[in-house]
Amino acid sequence: MLDFPRWKQAWYWFVTLACVIAALPSMLSLASVPWPSALPRPMVNLGLDLAGGSRLLLEAQSEQVARQRLETMEESVRARFRLAEPRIRIGDISSRGGSLTFMVEDPGQVDAAREQILPLTSGAGLTGQRDWDIKVEDGNRFILTPTKAGIDQAIDSAMETAIEVVRKRIDALGTREPDIRRLGDYRIDIQVPGLKDPAALKELLGKTAKLEFKLVDTTASPTDIAQGIAPPGSEIVPYADPANAANSGGVGAIAVKRLGGIKGDQLTDAKQSFEPQTNEPVVSITFDQQGGAKFAKLTSENVNRPFAIILDGKVLSAPNINEPILGGSAQISGSFTVESANQLAIALRSGALPVDLKVVEERTVGPDLGADSIEKGMIAMLVGTVALMTFIVATYGRFGVYACIALVLNVLMILGVMAVANTTLTLPGIAGFVLTIGAAVDANVLINERIREERAKGRRVVQAVETGYKEASRAIFDANITNVIAAVLMFLFGTGPIRGFAVVLMIGIVTSVFTAVTLTRMWVANWLRRARPSDIVL
Amino acid sequence: MKLLKLIPDNTNIRFLRWRVPFYAVSLLLMALSIGLVFTKGLNWGVDFAGGQMIRVTFTQSAEAPVAELRANVDALGFGEPTIQRFGKPNEVSIRMKLPEGAERDPALSDTMARKIIATVQTKHSDARIDGVDSVSGKVSDELWKTGGIALVLAMIGISIYIWIRFEWQFGVGALFALLHDVTLTVGLFALTQMEFDLNIVAALLTLIGYSLNDNIVVYDRIRENLKKYRRMPMPELLDLSVNETLSRTIVTSTSLLITLVALLVLGPDVIFGFTAAITLGIFVGTYSSIYMAAPILIWLKVTSSSFVQQESEMDRQERLARGQS
Repeated sequence: MLDFPRWKQAWYWFVTLACVIAALPSMLSLASVPWPSALPRPMVNLGLDLAGGSRLLLEAQSEQVARQRLETMEESVRARFRLAEPRIRIGDISSRGGSLTFMVEDPGQVDAAREQILPLTSGAGLTGQRDWDIKVEDGNRFILTPTKAGIDQAIDSAMETAIEVVRKRIDALGTREPDIRRLGDYRIDIQVPGLKDPAALKELLGKTAKLEFKLVDTTASPTDIAQGIAPPGSEIVPYADPANAANSGGVGAIAVKRLGGIKGDQLTDAKQSFEPQTNEPVVSITFDQQGGAKFAKLTSENVNRPFAIILDGKVLSAPNINEPILGGSAQISGSFTVESANQLAIALRSGALPVDLKVVEERTVGPDLGADSIEKGMIAMLVGTVALMTFIVATYGRFGVYACIALVLNVLMILGVMAVANTTLTLPGIAGFVLTIGAAVDANVLINERIREERAKGRRVVQAVETGYKEASRAIFDANITNVIAAVLMFLFGTGPIRGFAVVLMIGIVTSVFTAVTLTRMWVANWLRRARPSDIVL
Repeated sequence: MKLLKLIPDNTNIRFLRWRVPFYAVSLLLMALSIGLVFTKGLNWGVDFAGGQMIRVTFTQSAEAPVAELRANVDALGFGEPTIQRFGKPNEVSIRMKLPEGAERDPALSDTMARKIIATVQTKHSDARIDGVDSVSGKVSDELWKTGGIALVLAMIGISIYIWIRFEWQFGVGALFALLHDVTLTVGLFALTQMEFDLNIVAALLTLIGYSLNDNIVVYDRIRENLKKYRRMPMPELLDLSVNETLSRTIVTSTSLLITLVALLVLGPDVIFGFTAAITLGIFVGTYSSIYMAAPILIWLKVTSSSFVQQESEMDRQERLARGQS
């Protein structure tokens, strides 16, 4: 027991010091003392509940991905059949129940039709799996059903794009170090520290920014539109702004041609500007070459007809095409304010979200509340620690002093390990610190009580200390394992702040065994060897 | 130097003599807690019920205009808000529950939060939004499920560990003590109607860990004494073990309570419920390791022979090492 070789002692001190030094930058930054930037700077991150900031959980609408795929499929099938030689005529198209069904009018063309569809249904992935199943019923009815692999792949790629778009939009707001990651199949977890205006961020992320230009179906009568009846091949789209709706027949919606429009996803730039004549805020967009060519074609073929500018399924405006727009740039008007025009510009620049994202969970903590939590937490920790130390020293004398030094080192070591591992300190994490302090003492209590007992039984000092450490270690070990089980489960099943608590607990369990058992034993051994006491006060 | 001794040396309280009445009372309290949870129900927080919890500070007012605020939020038509003061008199939390059928619209809770915040900010010029928790019905269901799974897994996992390290009877005893602790703490939340949220689940998990601490120390001593005093009757042996570890139990519980009380009184208001749950748990857990975990060993017929047989090989080696025959 008294035999602690020099190299072992040196090693223990080295480990302790390394951890304590790693904790220094974090300690100093809490006290607002700068750390020389030339030195490495391991830091404990402050969680959003302490630093202030927002956590948003966004959920993609999975049905929407499926619906869009059906739409795209329908367009591709039509295009292919139209271009086929000879042309394949189809009818009775519907996309209910998640499948696309249609009839090939001439049963003799069924094989040709299948030939045409086949390339559309093979997987884009390397697995060779099919994205769509083709079934033919009653001789000439085609049923195209997306396969599980196809849907998964579509969702995967939609989510990847969505994350990219979300990142661009958050960056455009000028926030620092957002943490954006995918969670499960349909969710994106966003953490933005120190955010001033979460409402603006949510507004921006809520915009899918799917811009479409579609021709207005002028054959539809306002009464039909009001009743929701669209002419064949058209659909009814509501106005975004009720005021705008009033001056266009008072119905609040117009009919537009379903196909033949163009999408506004081929933009190179979008920025807020002013309409020169009315000084109204507008969004100027610039198409890329391909998009510009399509836009020029659409406008030249439809001069003097109105076309609708549709954003996220709502009509912004439906101006008349006075002349072909050939320069590849255009202006979007739609009763904007400067602010909303600017937001739309950001959204358009970052590209459209492939799916709508809904905020299903929000946790925002203002900077004042966070600062208040840190201050109160620190005070509670300080007062609690001092009171506890007084109690322990009063109970165990010299052995209590050892326990207290171990305690302080334990706190520093936890901070150090957290800094090096780059983990996050949350508010429940501070509670975890306080609790770890209380629990770390338990190890020393167990040991010291056992030494007391052994002395009472009449064992000599060295023997009593030795037995005390040996017998107590078993219970300490078992107790810590059970705590690890609880902490690991908390980490696995908990969300943000609770995870922070579990992290402190897990690190604390390991470091506390080191400080409370190993280090104190070394100190006690050194003292016993030096002083050779015949009796101990305990 | 005279040291502080909370428990005098050679204390011998005959705890186990009262095991039957104490067990009866404990079982009654557990039944009562369960009854309370079912009749009064728990005051589910945002995490589990969905809805919003919005913290507002009225920076220019000495006291928050609660009545006016209530009227303003109520006028939005989402239902009546619960408005509570927390911390200083000018700090309040606005709690809204999700209306029926909210699970159909995943964005509803966010829409509600936006409208409430906008209303508060336009109607009260000095309102500063300090915190927003908004959880949709779907997410709250998931949080509820994972929280429950974590609790159950923790209890089972820990009991299995005890079973492996000790004997199956000890595992059953530990599981029972844990059920007791968790039930009583949850019962107290039903009684006081304190908010029950995700933090409380973390508190319960912590409590499970630390209540086990106590159990293990007592069990460890029981095992040791079973090997040492093979002829001692079980009740007496349990009493001896509990008394021998009593000083440690009390000193450790006091240590934990000192730090927890500091956190309760001086700590951030946001984690008050969390700290309160753990503090309660320390009391319940200490009690249960003496009165729940130990007596069950008598009824499950743990004897020194059943134990020693299992460990005889280890025992013999230990004896040989000590140089005894």
